[in-house]
Amino acid sequence: MLPTPSTSHVCFDRVYEPAEDSFLLLDTLSSPSESAFLHQRFGQNACVSDIAPLVLEVGVGSGVVLGFVAANARKIFGREDVLTLGTDINRFACQAASRTVETAIKDSASRTTFSDVINGDLASSLKPNAIDVFIFNPPYVPAELPDFTHHDSYNILPTGETRTTFDQDSYLLELSYAGGEDGMVVTNRMMEQMPELLSPARGVAYLLLCAQNKPEEVKQRVRNWGPGWCAETVGSSGNKAGWERLQIVRFWRITAQDTTQH
Amino acid sequence: MKLLTLNFLTCAIKSCKTSPASFPLHPRDAELEIVEADVNLAFLQNILPRLMWAELRTIASELGLPTLPEDIPEREALVEGRGEGEGEGEGGEQIPSQTAKDLHRVLLETCIQEGKLVCGNCGHEYAVKEGVANFLLPGHLV
Ligand SMILES: C[S@@+](CC[C@H](N)C(=O)[O-])C[C@H]1O[C@@H](n2cnc3c(N)ncnc32)[C@H](O)[C@@H]1O
Ligand SMILES: [Zn+2]
Repeated sequence: MLPTPSTSHVCFDRVYEPAEDSFLLLDTLSSPSESAFLHQRFGQNACVSDIAPLVLEVGVGSGVVLGFVAANARKIFGREDVLTLGTDINRFACQAASRTVETAIKDSASRTTFSDVINGDLASSLKPNAIDVFIFNPPYVPAELPDFTHHDSYNILPTGETRTTFDQDSYLLELSYAGGEDGMVVTNRMMEQMPELLSPARGVAYLLLCAQNKPEEVKQRVRNWGPGWCAETVGSSGNKAGWERLQIVRFWRITAQDTTQH
Repeated sequence: MKLLTLNFLTCAIKSCKTSPASFPLHPRDAELEIVEADVNLAFLQNILPRLMWAELRTIASELGLPTLPEDIPEREALVEGRGEGEGEGEGGEQIPSQTAKDLHRVLLETCIQEGKLVCGNCGHEYAVKEGVANFLLPGHLV
């Protein structure tokens, strides 16, 4: 087991605390089968192996997942010239996650490079075709979306105050789990951006879904994006009678080069 | 935020993405801070093919930084004393050249702490506060 980044500086009253879903992502990304897949795609012998891969995590929260990837890139990808970038709609999460990733890199003596965490909606501020590895643990619970009308004021400390209010914290935490109908409203918006976002040559995405999100439908949708698109479940937890509560789906595109290699 | 990050960002407004003027975003009223970090030669070499050099030069000049060379440096130019038999330090590790150090300073050590990032297409201004850029659009979620 690879070490989990420290998040002891993070205030979990308003930033999502690492939970079963976060840990499922860590375990899946560092599992022997995913490391093998990622080494093949990004390691020494991969095509364009002398171009630094860009890892984007949307909705970084505490930064535990991005920090883990930054700290353990050598084991996960077989290289350390990896650049990590995050986004979150919650400004407090952006600040917390930056510190988590920087600390994780320092503590592990990893040679990866951290870019920044952007306060934004999903990946809307990112250049198309730029992302090699995409990670998203979305707000996936089927629960009404929060009322966004106060977002701007809830996203910063109240004027002249040094603390957030209770309503503000509740709102920010709601953002971290409430996913609207089927828990899929935010994820669906993200999926729409995905084909343009991922790098055509080696883009791969990891998305966490819960059973209510209808993962089989999600996978089918990806396969319908066009020739070469694949989607598979590569990690799961909470198995009960063949019914997985949480799972990680990997999306990727098989390029002409992959097929000639096999 | 680091200047390297600007290499990957564009205006968040959907209709701007197809317009070349939406990249790069132009820093305005920027307060810069130098945050020192170790030079990572292998990373610098492998990030070169991803850099939008002309745009990076524009950003550097808009920020009043020293002018970047007209052409993007070659990989080899980032290593000290190549070809003269003195490019190796202890344990055969390569030593970063001045070019590498300058590039490192611009991309990874020069941070925008406060200011705005302006889209050249629609003029929208994104605020940077305490080093965090805010790309949320009004009514973006509704
Ligand atoms: C389930 S939490 C996951 C946090 C962290 N990645 C982890 O695994 O522990 C979901 C995160 O997504 C963020 N989020 C929700 N909606 C978002 C949006 N539209 N754009 C960016 N981030 C969003 C929340 O603020 C929260 O930090
Ligand atoms: Zn614009």
